[in-house]
Amino acid sequence: MKANKIPIGPFHPLLEEAEYFELTVDGETVVDIDMEIGWMHRGHEYISEMKTFTQSIYLVERICGICSTSHPLACVHAIEDIDNIEIPLRARYIRTLVGELERIHSHLLWIGLAGHFIGYDTLWMWAWKYREPVLEMFEIISGNRNHYGMMRVGGVAKDVDPEKITELYKHLDMIDKKMVMVAKVVRDDPVLKSRLKGVGVLTHEAAVAYCAVGPTSRASGVPWDVRRDEPTDAYDLVDFEVIVLPNGDVYDKAVVRVLEIIESGKIIRQCLEKLKTVQGPIINNVKEISPGEGIGRYEAPRGEVFHYIRSDGTNRPIRHKVRAPSYVNIPTFTASCKGIPIADALITLASVDPCYCCTERSIKIIDQKHGHQQIDLLKSSREKTERIRREIHGN
Amino acid sequence: MGWYNKRLAKSLWVFHVSGSPCNNCDIEILDLLTPRYDIERLGIKLVGSVRHADVLLVTGVFNKKIAPKIKKIYEQAPKPIFVVAIGTCVSGGCCFKDSYNMVEKREEFIPIDMYVPGCPPKPEAMIEAVAKLVGVLNG
Repeated sequence: MKANKIPIGPFHPLLEEAEYFELTVDGETVVDIDMEIGWMHRGHEYISEMKTFTQSIYLVERICGICSTSHPLACVHAIEDIDNIEIPLRARYIRTLVGELERIHSHLLWIGLAGHFIGYDTLWMWAWKYREPVLEMFEIISGNRNHYGMMRVGGVAKDVDPEKITELYKHLDMIDKKMVMVAKVVRDDPVLKSRLKGVGVLTHEAAVAYCAVGPTSRASGVPWDVRRDEPTDAYDLVDFEVIVLPNGDVYDKAVVRVLEIIESGKIIRQCLEKLKTVQGPIINNVKEISPGEGIGRYEAPRGEVFHYIRSDGTNRPIRHKVRAPSYVNIPTFTASCKGIPIADALITLASVDPCYCCTERSIKIIDQKHGHQQIDLLKSSREKTERIRREIHGN
Repeated sequence: MGWYNKRLAKSLWVFHVSGSPCNNCDIEILDLLTPRYDIERLGIKLVGSVRHADVLLVTGVFNKKIAPKIKKIYEQAPKPIFVVAIGTCVSGGCCFKDSYNMVEKREEFIPIDMYVPGCPPKPEAMIEAVAKLVGVLNG
Protein backbone atom coordinates (compact mmCIF):
# COMPACT_ATOMS: atom_id res chain seq x y z
CA MET A 1 0.00 0.00 0.00
CA LYS A 2 1.25 3.46 -0.84
CA ALA A 3 1.89 5.53 2.24
CA ASN A 4 0.08 8.83 2.67
CA LYS A 5 1.93 12.02 3.39
CA ILE A 6 0.54 14.79 5.55
CA PRO A 7 2.13 18.20 5.08
CA ILE A 8 2.17 20.58 8.05
CA GLY A 9 3.15 24.18 7.43
CA PRO A 10 4.96 26.40 6.63
CA PHE A 11 2.10 28.53 7.94
CA HIS A 12 0.01 26.46 10.30
CA PRO A 13 -2.27 27.79 13.03
CA LEU A 14 -0.49 25.78 15.69
CA LEU A 15 2.99 26.79 14.71
CA GLU A 16 4.18 30.21 15.77
CA GLU A 17 7.12 30.12 13.45
CA ALA A 18 7.16 29.06 9.84
CA GLU A 19 8.39 25.51 9.55
CA TYR A 20 7.47 22.57 7.42
CA PHE A 21 6.92 18.96 8.46
CA GLU A 22 5.94 16.04 6.33
CA LEU A 23 4.47 13.10 8.21
CA THR A 24 4.32 9.80 6.36
CA VAL A 25 1.39 7.87 7.78
CA ASP A 26 0.07 4.36 7.48
CA GLY A 27 -3.55 4.56 8.58
CA GLU A 28 -3.39 6.32 11.93
CA THR A 29 0.25 5.61 12.63
CA VAL A 30 3.16 7.86 11.82
CA VAL A 31 5.82 5.80 10.08
CA ASP A 32 8.25 8.50 9.09
CA ILE A 33 8.85 12.21 9.50
CA ASP A 34 10.70 14.66 7.36
CA MET A 35 11.22 18.34 7.88
CA GLU A 36 12.43 21.33 5.99
CA ILE A 37 14.02 24.30 7.68
CA GLY A 38 15.49 27.53 6.42
CA TRP A 39 12.39 29.70 6.62
CA MET A 40 13.98 31.70 9.43
CA HIS A 41 17.55 31.96 8.21
CA ARG A 42 18.77 35.54 8.60
CA GLY A 43 22.52 35.12 8.34
CA HIS A 44 23.57 36.03 11.88
CA GLU A 45 27.04 34.57 11.60
CA TYR A 46 27.74 36.63 8.51
CA ILE A 47 26.36 39.89 9.95
CA SER A 48 28.27 39.33 13.17
CA GLU A 49 31.55 39.41 11.27
CA MET A 50 30.72 42.96 10.16
CA LYS A 51 29.92 44.19 13.67
CA THR A 52 32.17 45.03 16.60
CA PHE A 53 32.24 42.74 19.62
CA THR A 54 29.82 44.92 21.59
CA GLN A 55 27.44 45.16 18.65
CA SER A 56 27.51 41.43 18.03
CA ILE A 57 26.14 40.87 21.56
CA TYR A 58 23.08 42.89 20.58
CA LEU A 59 22.87 40.95 17.36
CA VAL A 60 22.95 37.49 18.90
CA GLU A 61 20.29 38.64 21.33
CA ARG A 62 18.02 38.83 18.32
CA ILE A 63 18.69 35.24 17.23
CA CYS A 64 15.73 34.21 19.34
CA GLY A 65 13.29 36.21 21.36
CA ILE A 66 12.90 33.58 24.05
CA CYS A 67 16.59 32.82 24.61
CA SER A 68 17.56 36.47 24.57
CA THR A 69 19.86 36.02 27.58
CA SER A 70 21.34 32.66 26.70
CA HIS A 71 22.83 33.62 23.36
CA PRO A 72 24.44 36.88 24.59
CA LEU A 73 25.73 35.03 27.67
CA ALA A 74 27.35 32.32 25.58
CA CYS A 75 28.70 35.01 23.26
CA VAL A 76 30.33 37.04 26.05
CA HIS A 77 31.70 33.84 27.56
CA ALA A 78 33.35 33.12 24.21
CA ILE A 79 34.85 36.62 23.96
CA GLU A 80 36.01 36.49 27.58
CA ASP A 81 37.54 33.07 26.94
CA ILE A 82 39.92 34.59 24.36
CA ASP A 83 41.63 36.80 26.96
CA ASN A 84 40.57 35.05 30.19
CA ILE A 85 38.85 38.22 31.34
CA GLU A 86 37.86 38.34 35.02
CA ILE A 87 34.27 39.23 35.81
CA PRO A 88 33.40 41.13 39.02
CA LEU A 89 31.50 39.05 41.58
CA ARG A 90 28.46 41.32 41.58
CA ALA A 91 28.18 41.05 37.79
CA ARG A 92 28.33 37.27 38.06
CA TYR A 93 25.33 37.22 40.38
CA ILE A 94 23.37 39.61 38.14
CA ARG A 95 24.08 37.43 35.10
CA THR A 96 22.85 34.33 36.90
CA LEU A 97 19.78 36.20 38.12
CA VAL A 98 18.79 37.27 34.61
CA GLY A 99 19.57 33.82 33.16
CA GLU A 100 17.37 32.03 35.67
CA LEU A 101 14.51 34.50 35.25
CA GLU A 102 14.66 33.70 31.57
CA ARG A 103 14.46 29.99 32.31
CA ILE A 104 11.25 30.55 34.30
CA HIS A 105 9.60 32.56 31.55
CA SER A 106 10.66 30.17 28.82
CA HIS A 107 9.46 27.06 30.66
CA LEU A 108 6.16 28.72 31.56
CA LEU A 109 5.73 29.65 27.93
CA TRP A 110 6.29 26.03 26.94
CA ILE A 111 3.87 24.66 29.53
CA GLY A 112 1.23 27.05 28.27
CA LEU A 113 1.78 26.15 24.64
CA ALA A 114 1.81 22.42 25.43
CA GLY A 115 -1.55 22.85 27.15
CA HIS A 116 -2.81 24.71 24.10
CA PHE A 117 -1.61 21.96 21.76
CA ILE A 118 -3.49 19.23 23.59
CA GLY A 119 -6.61 21.37 23.82
CA TYR A 120 -6.22 22.30 27.48
CA ASP A 121 -6.53 26.05 27.07
CA THR A 122 -7.06 26.66 30.79
CA LEU A 123 -3.48 25.62 31.42
CA TRP A 124 -2.34 27.92 28.62
CA MET A 125 -4.10 30.95 30.10
CA TRP A 126 -2.90 30.09 33.60
CA ALA A 127 0.72 29.59 32.71
CA TRP A 128 0.84 32.78 30.64
CA LYS A 129 -0.91 34.75 33.34
CA TYR A 130 1.87 33.88 35.78
CA ARG A 131 4.49 34.55 33.12
CA GLU A 132 3.56 38.23 33.15
CA PRO A 133 5.08 38.98 36.61
CA VAL A 134 8.34 37.43 35.35
CA LEU A 135 8.34 39.82 32.42
CA GLU A 136 7.63 42.61 34.88
CA MET A 137 10.71 41.57 36.84
CA PHE A 138 12.70 41.88 33.63
CA GLU A 139 11.22 45.32 33.14
CA ILE A 140 12.38 46.31 36.62
CA ILE A 141 15.90 44.98 36.03
CA SER A 142 16.56 46.01 32.46
CA GLY A 143 13.76 48.30 31.33
CA ASN A 144 12.41 46.00 28.64
CA ARG A 145 10.09 43.01 28.69
CA ASN A 146 12.15 41.05 26.17
CA HIS A 147 15.57 41.68 24.66
CA TYR A 148 17.19 42.91 27.82
CA GLY A 149 20.55 44.14 26.56
CA MET A 150 22.13 43.30 29.92
CA MET A 151 25.28 41.49 28.85
CA ARG A 152 28.60 43.18 28.19
CA VAL A 153 32.11 41.81 27.72
CA GLY A 154 33.53 41.77 31.26
CA GLY A 155 30.29 42.35 33.16
CA VAL A 156 26.73 43.57 32.84
CA ALA A 157 25.20 46.81 31.62
CA LYS A 158 22.91 47.74 34.50
CA ASP A 159 23.14 47.38 38.24
CA VAL A 160 20.35 46.02 40.42
CA ASP A 161 19.70 48.70 43.06
CA PRO A 162 18.44 47.96 46.59
CA GLU A 163 15.00 49.44 45.70
CA LYS A 164 14.82 47.13 42.73
CA ILE A 165 15.66 44.17 44.98
CA THR A 166 12.69 44.82 47.28
CA GLU A 167 10.41 45.08 44.25
CA LEU A 168 11.83 41.86 42.82
CA TYR A 169 11.26 40.05 46.13
CA LYS A 170 7.59 41.02 46.05
CA HIS A 171 7.14 39.58 42.59
CA LEU A 172 9.20 36.51 43.41
CA ASP A 173 7.12 35.63 46.47
CA MET A 174 4.00 35.69 44.35
CA ILE A 175 5.52 33.65 41.53
CA ASP A 176 6.96 31.03 43.90
CA LYS A 177 3.56 30.37 45.44
CA LYS A 178 1.90 30.05 42.05
CA MET A 179 4.65 27.84 40.68
CA VAL A 180 4.10 25.29 43.44
CA MET A 181 0.47 25.28 42.33
CA VAL A 182 1.34 24.86 38.63
CA ALA A 183 3.73 22.03 39.53
CA LYS A 184 0.93 20.35 41.46
CA VAL A 185 -1.44 20.76 38.50
CA VAL A 186 1.00 19.28 36.01
CA ARG A 187 1.88 16.33 38.26
CA ASP A 188 -1.58 15.52 39.64
CA ASP A 189 -4.03 16.43 36.90
CA PRO A 190 -5.60 13.16 35.68
CA VAL A 191 -6.29 14.53 32.18
CA LEU A 192 -2.72 15.64 31.62
CA LYS A 193 -1.39 12.41 33.07
CA SER A 194 -3.45 10.13 30.87
CA ARG A 195 -2.87 12.32 27.82
CA LEU A 196 0.89 12.67 28.13
CA LYS A 197 2.13 9.55 29.89
CA GLY A 198 3.87 7.11 27.56
CA VAL A 199 3.51 9.45 24.56
CA GLY A 200 6.46 10.09 22.27
CA VAL A 201 9.04 8.19 24.27
CA LEU A 202 12.67 9.11 23.66
CA THR A 203 14.66 6.28 25.18
CA HIS A 204 17.91 6.79 27.05
CA GLU A 205 19.88 5.14 24.22
CA ALA A 206 18.24 7.34 21.59
CA ALA A 207 18.85 10.49 23.64
CA VAL A 208 22.53 9.60 23.86
CA ALA A 209 22.74 8.61 20.19
CA TYR A 210 21.13 11.86 19.01
CA CYS A 211 23.21 13.92 21.48
CA ALA A 212 20.04 15.49 22.85
CA VAL A 213 20.59 18.30 25.34
CA GLY A 214 18.68 20.16 27.99
CA PRO A 215 15.33 19.09 29.44
CA THR A 216 14.87 16.74 26.46
CA SER A 217 17.83 14.63 27.53
CA ARG A 218 17.32 15.08 31.27
CA ALA A 219 13.81 13.63 30.92
CA SER A 220 15.41 10.57 29.31
CA GLY A 221 17.78 10.02 32.21
CA VAL A 222 20.90 11.73 30.86
CA PRO A 223 22.23 13.73 33.82
CA TRP A 224 23.94 16.54 31.90
CA ASP A 225 23.64 20.18 32.81
CA VAL A 226 26.25 22.78 31.86
CA ARG A 227 25.32 24.86 34.90
CA ARG A 228 26.52 22.11 37.23
CA ASP A 229 29.17 20.35 35.16
CA GLU A 230 30.99 23.35 33.71
CA PRO A 231 29.90 26.19 35.96
CA THR A 232 30.24 29.74 34.73
CA ASP A 233 29.13 33.00 36.34
CA ALA A 234 27.74 32.38 39.81
CA TYR A 235 26.52 28.82 39.30
CA ASP A 236 29.31 27.35 41.42
CA LEU A 237 28.34 29.70 44.26
CA VAL A 238 24.65 28.76 44.49
CA ASP A 239 22.89 25.54 45.47
CA PHE A 240 20.50 23.87 43.10
CA GLU A 241 19.49 20.44 41.96
CA VAL A 242 19.61 19.06 38.44
CA ILE A 243 16.27 17.42 37.71
CA VAL A 244 16.63 14.05 35.97
CA LEU A 245 13.72 11.72 35.23
CA PRO A 246 13.94 8.26 33.66
CA ASN A 247 11.00 7.69 31.26
CA GLY A 248 11.59 10.06 28.35
CA ASP A 249 7.93 10.61 27.50
CA VAL A 250 6.22 13.97 27.07
CA TYR A 251 4.93 13.83 30.62
CA ASP A 252 8.42 13.55 32.04
CA LYS A 253 9.59 16.43 29.87
CA ALA A 254 6.81 18.57 31.28
CA VAL A 255 7.61 17.56 34.87
CA VAL A 256 11.33 18.26 34.37
CA ARG A 257 10.44 21.75 33.24
CA VAL A 258 8.09 22.59 36.11
CA LEU A 259 10.57 21.29 38.66
CA GLU A 260 13.31 23.34 37.00
CA ILE A 261 11.15 26.42 37.43
CA ILE A 262 11.08 25.81 41.17
CA GLU A 263 14.85 25.26 41.25
CA SER A 264 15.32 28.50 39.30
CA GLY A 265 13.23 30.30 41.91
CA LYS A 266 15.64 29.04 44.58
CA ILE A 267 18.67 30.25 42.60
CA ILE A 268 17.10 33.68 42.10
CA ARG A 269 16.46 33.95 45.83
CA GLN A 270 20.10 33.14 46.62
CA CYS A 271 21.30 35.66 44.03
CA LEU A 272 19.09 38.44 45.40
CA GLU A 273 20.30 37.64 48.92
CA LYS A 274 23.93 37.92 47.79
CA LEU A 275 23.28 41.12 45.83
CA LYS A 276 22.28 42.80 49.10
CA THR A 277 25.74 42.23 50.57
CA VAL A 278 28.18 41.85 47.67
CA GLN A 279 29.28 45.30 46.56
CA GLY A 280 31.73 46.41 43.92
CA PRO A 281 31.91 47.21 40.23
CA ILE A 282 29.56 45.56 37.75
CA ILE A 283 31.83 45.71 34.75
CA ASN A 284 35.50 45.15 34.14
CA ASN A 285 36.49 47.58 31.40
CA VAL A 286 37.99 45.72 28.48
CA LYS A 287 39.98 47.86 26.08
CA GLU A 288 40.87 45.35 23.40
CA ILE A 289 40.61 41.70 22.51
CA SER A 290 43.84 39.99 21.53
CA PRO A 291 44.06 37.53 18.62
CA GLY A 292 42.86 34.06 19.42
CA GLU A 293 39.79 31.94 19.67
CA GLY A 294 37.35 31.22 22.42
CA ILE A 295 34.30 29.14 23.15
CA GLY A 296 31.33 29.98 25.32
CA ARG A 297 28.73 27.63 26.73
CA TYR A 298 25.60 28.21 28.67
CA GLU A 299 22.65 26.07 29.67
CA ALA A 300 19.80 27.79 27.86
CA PRO A 301 16.23 26.81 28.81
CA ARG A 302 16.27 24.38 25.87
CA GLY A 303 19.73 22.96 26.45
CA GLU A 304 23.35 23.75 25.91
CA VAL A 305 24.06 26.72 23.64
CA PHE A 306 27.53 26.99 22.20
CA HIS A 307 29.29 29.98 20.66
CA TYR A 308 32.71 30.04 19.01
CA ILE A 309 34.49 33.31 18.26
CA ARG A 310 37.81 33.90 16.56
CA SER A 311 39.49 37.27 16.82
CA ASP A 312 42.41 38.67 14.84
CA GLY A 313 43.18 41.50 17.23
CA THR A 314 40.86 44.04 15.62
CA ASN A 315 37.59 45.16 17.18
CA ARG A 316 35.43 42.65 15.37
CA PRO A 317 35.24 38.86 15.21
CA ILE A 318 36.46 37.23 12.02
CA ARG A 319 34.45 34.07 12.67
CA HIS A 320 31.40 33.59 14.81
CA LYS A 321 29.78 30.19 15.03
CA VAL A 322 26.53 29.50 16.85
CA ARG A 323 25.17 26.12 17.81
CA ALA A 324 21.75 26.28 19.37
CA PRO A 325 20.22 23.48 21.47
CA SER A 326 17.28 22.90 19.13
CA TYR A 327 19.75 21.99 16.41
CA VAL A 328 20.41 18.65 18.11
CA ASN A 329 17.01 18.26 19.74
CA ILE A 330 14.94 18.54 16.57
CA PRO A 331 16.37 15.39 14.90
CA THR A 332 15.16 13.35 17.89
CA PHE A 333 11.71 13.54 16.28
CA THR A 334 12.74 10.69 14.02
CA ALA A 335 13.23 8.53 17.12
CA SER A 336 10.27 9.69 19.17
CA CYS A 337 7.61 10.16 16.48
CA LYS A 338 7.77 6.78 14.75
CA GLY A 339 4.93 4.46 15.58
CA ILE A 340 2.74 6.94 17.42
CA PRO A 341 -0.79 8.00 16.35
CA ILE A 342 -1.18 11.22 14.38
CA ALA A 343 -3.06 12.81 17.28
CA ASP A 344 0.02 12.49 19.46
CA ALA A 345 2.43 13.72 16.80
CA LEU A 346 1.97 17.42 17.46
CA ILE A 347 2.58 17.31 21.20
CA THR A 348 5.62 15.13 20.56
CA LEU A 349 6.92 17.68 18.07
CA ALA A 350 6.33 20.40 20.63
CA SER A 351 7.78 18.42 23.53
CA VAL A 352 11.41 19.29 22.84
CA ASP A 353 10.44 22.99 22.88
CA PRO A 354 11.86 23.47 19.40
CA CYS A 355 13.05 26.93 18.48
CA TYR A 356 13.51 27.27 14.77
CA CYS A 357 14.86 30.82 14.96
CA CYS A 358 17.77 29.49 17.01
CA THR A 359 18.32 26.49 14.79
CA GLU A 360 18.44 27.93 11.35
CA ARG A 361 22.05 28.72 10.74
CA SER A 362 22.10 27.34 7.21
CA ILE A 363 20.16 27.50 3.99
CA LYS A 364 19.51 24.82 1.45
CA ILE A 365 21.29 25.12 -1.88
CA ILE A 366 19.06 24.32 -4.83
CA ASP A 367 20.44 23.44 -8.23
CA GLN A 368 18.21 25.42 -10.57
CA LYS A 369 19.04 23.37 -13.64
CA HIS A 370 17.92 20.15 -12.03
CA GLY A 371 15.02 21.51 -10.05
CA HIS A 372 14.33 20.97 -6.39
CA GLN A 373 17.35 19.01 -5.38
CA GLN A 374 19.85 19.34 -2.63
CA ILE A 375 23.51 19.21 -3.47
CA ASP A 376 25.65 17.36 -1.01
CA LEU A 377 28.35 19.95 -0.43
CA LEU A 378 30.84 17.55 1.11
CA LYS A 379 30.38 15.01 -1.66
CA SER A 380 30.69 17.56 -4.45
CA SER A 381 33.76 19.05 -2.78
CA ARG A 382 35.42 15.64 -2.55
CA GLU A 383 34.54 14.86 -6.15
CA LYS A 384 36.09 18.11 -7.29
CA THR A 385 39.30 17.36 -5.39
CA GLU A 386 39.37 13.93 -6.94
CA ARG A 387 38.84 15.42 -10.41
CA ILE A 388 41.64 17.94 -9.93
CA ARG A 389 43.92 15.25 -8.56
CA ARG A 390 43.33 13.15 -11.66
CA GLU A 391 43.97 16.13 -13.93
CA ILE A 392 47.24 16.86 -12.22
CA HIS A 393 48.58 13.38 -11.65
CA GLY A 394 46.76 11.57 -14.41
CA ASN A 395 44.58 8.62 -13.47
CA MET B 1 -17.09 50.57 1.20
CA GLY B 2 -18.00 52.70 4.21
CA TRP B 3 -20.83 50.49 5.43
CA TYR B 4 -18.71 47.39 4.98
CA ASN B 5 -15.78 48.78 6.93
CA LYS B 6 -18.03 49.84 9.79
CA ARG B 7 -19.30 46.29 10.15
CA LEU B 8 -15.79 44.94 9.88
CA ALA B 9 -14.64 47.20 12.69
CA LYS B 10 -17.00 45.55 15.18
CA SER B 11 -14.90 42.43 15.44
CA LEU B 12 -11.58 42.20 13.68
CA TRP B 13 -10.28 38.69 13.15
CA VAL B 14 -6.54 38.57 12.86
CA PHE B 15 -4.18 36.06 11.27
CA HIS B 16 -0.56 35.97 12.23
CA VAL B 17 2.13 35.66 9.54
CA SER B 18 5.71 35.21 10.67
CA GLY B 19 8.28 36.07 8.04
CA SER B 20 11.57 35.02 9.63
CA PRO B 21 11.27 36.99 12.88
CA CYS B 22 13.14 36.33 16.13
CA ASN B 23 9.93 34.97 17.66
CA ASN B 24 9.60 37.78 20.11
CA CYS B 25 6.89 39.78 18.38
CA ASP B 26 5.02 36.54 17.77
CA ILE B 27 5.05 35.75 21.45
CA GLU B 28 3.94 39.25 22.32
CA ILE B 29 1.05 38.81 19.87
CA LEU B 30 0.06 35.57 21.64
CA ASP B 31 0.47 37.45 24.90
CA LEU B 32 -2.34 39.74 23.81
CA LEU B 33 -4.75 36.83 24.04
CA THR B 34 -3.83 35.85 27.57
CA PRO B 35 -5.49 37.17 30.76
CA ARG B 36 -3.33 40.25 31.35
CA TYR B 37 -4.28 41.97 28.07
CA ASP B 38 -7.16 39.76 26.91
CA ILE B 39 -7.75 41.35 23.55
CA GLU B 40 -10.75 39.10 22.85
CA ARG B 41 -12.88 41.39 24.96
CA LEU B 42 -12.48 43.94 22.15
CA GLY B 43 -13.85 41.46 19.63
CA ILE B 44 -10.41 40.66 18.24
CA LYS B 45 -9.75 37.00 17.69
CA LEU B 46 -6.75 35.10 16.40
CA VAL B 47 -7.94 32.74 13.66
CA GLY B 48 -6.31 29.66 12.21
CA SER B 49 -6.98 30.27 8.54
CA VAL B 50 -6.13 33.28 6.45
CA ARG B 51 -9.47 32.92 4.69
CA HIS B 52 -11.28 33.99 7.86
CA ALA B 53 -9.05 36.97 8.53
CA ASP B 54 -9.71 40.71 8.34
CA VAL B 55 -6.26 41.76 9.51
CA LEU B 56 -2.85 40.23 8.86
CA LEU B 57 -0.24 40.77 11.54
CA VAL B 58 3.14 40.48 9.87
CA THR B 59 6.40 40.10 11.81
CA GLY B 60 10.04 39.73 10.87
CA VAL B 61 12.41 40.60 8.08
CA PHE B 62 11.43 38.51 5.09
CA ASN B 63 14.13 36.18 3.90
CA LYS B 64 14.33 35.04 0.32
CA LYS B 65 12.74 31.71 1.04
CA ILE B 66 9.68 32.93 2.87
CA ALA B 67 8.89 36.10 0.91
CA PRO B 68 7.08 34.33 -1.99
CA LYS B 69 5.01 32.37 0.55
CA ILE B 70 3.97 35.60 2.25
CA LYS B 71 2.86 36.98 -1.09
CA LYS B 72 0.84 33.81 -1.61
CA ILE B 73 -0.77 34.17 1.81
CA TYR B 74 -1.77 37.74 0.96
CA GLU B 75 -3.25 36.62 -2.33
CA GLN B 76 -5.28 33.94 -0.58
CA ALA B 77 -6.77 36.37 1.91
CA PRO B 78 -10.27 37.70 1.23
CA LYS B 79 -10.28 41.41 0.40
CA PRO B 80 -10.51 43.97 1.91
CA ILE B 81 -7.71 42.97 4.23
CA PHE B 82 -5.54 45.22 6.36
CA VAL B 83 -1.88 44.50 6.97
CA VAL B 84 -0.31 45.61 10.23
CA ALA B 85 3.48 45.31 10.45
CA ILE B 86 4.55 44.42 13.99
CA GLY B 87 8.09 45.23 15.07
CA THR B 88 11.13 47.09 13.87
CA CYS B 89 12.09 44.23 11.55
CA VAL B 90 9.25 44.81 9.09
CA SER B 91 9.44 48.56 9.47
CA GLY B 92 13.15 49.08 8.98
CA GLY B 93 15.03 45.80 8.80
CA CYS B 94 16.43 46.06 12.35
CA CYS B 95 20.02 44.78 12.46
CA PHE B 96 19.46 42.33 9.61
CA LYS B 97 19.43 44.75 6.71
CA ASP B 98 23.05 43.91 5.80
CA SER B 99 22.31 40.23 5.45
CA TYR B 100 22.62 38.33 2.18
CA ASN B 101 19.38 36.48 2.64
CA MET B 102 16.94 39.38 2.93
CA VAL B 103 14.58 40.76 0.31
CA GLU B 104 15.20 44.39 -0.55
CA LYS B 105 11.68 45.76 -0.44
CA ARG B 106 9.18 44.06 1.79
CA GLU B 107 6.35 46.18 0.39
CA GLU B 108 6.71 44.44 -2.97
CA PHE B 109 5.48 41.22 -1.43
CA ILE B 110 2.79 42.55 0.83
CA PRO B 111 1.31 46.07 0.92
CA ILE B 112 1.53 47.31 4.49
CA ASP B 113 -1.11 49.65 5.90
CA MET B 114 0.24 50.30 9.36
CA TYR B 115 3.58 50.03 11.14
CA VAL B 116 4.09 49.35 14.85
CA PRO B 117 7.79 49.88 15.59
CA GLY B 118 9.56 48.49 18.65
CA CYS B 119 11.80 45.53 19.37
CA PRO B 120 9.42 44.04 20.35
CA PRO B 121 6.58 46.56 20.60
CA LYS B 122 4.84 46.50 23.96
CA PRO B 123 1.43 44.83 23.94
CA GLU B 124 -0.10 48.20 24.77
CA ALA B 125 1.37 49.60 21.55
CA MET B 126 -0.19 46.79 19.53
CA ILE B 127 -3.58 47.33 21.16
CA GLU B 128 -3.32 51.03 20.36
CA ALA B 129 -2.52 50.22 16.74
CA VAL B 130 -5.57 48.00 16.41
CA ALA B 131 -7.73 50.61 18.14
CA LYS B 132 -6.50 53.22 15.66
CA LEU B 133 -7.34 50.85 12.83
CA VAL B 134 -10.87 50.48 14.21
CA GLY B 135 -11.10 54.27 14.34
CA VAL B 136 -10.05 54.55 10.70
CA LEU B 137 -12.54 51.89 9.64
CA ASN B 138 -15.35 53.70 11.43
CA GLY B 139 -14.46 56.75 9.40
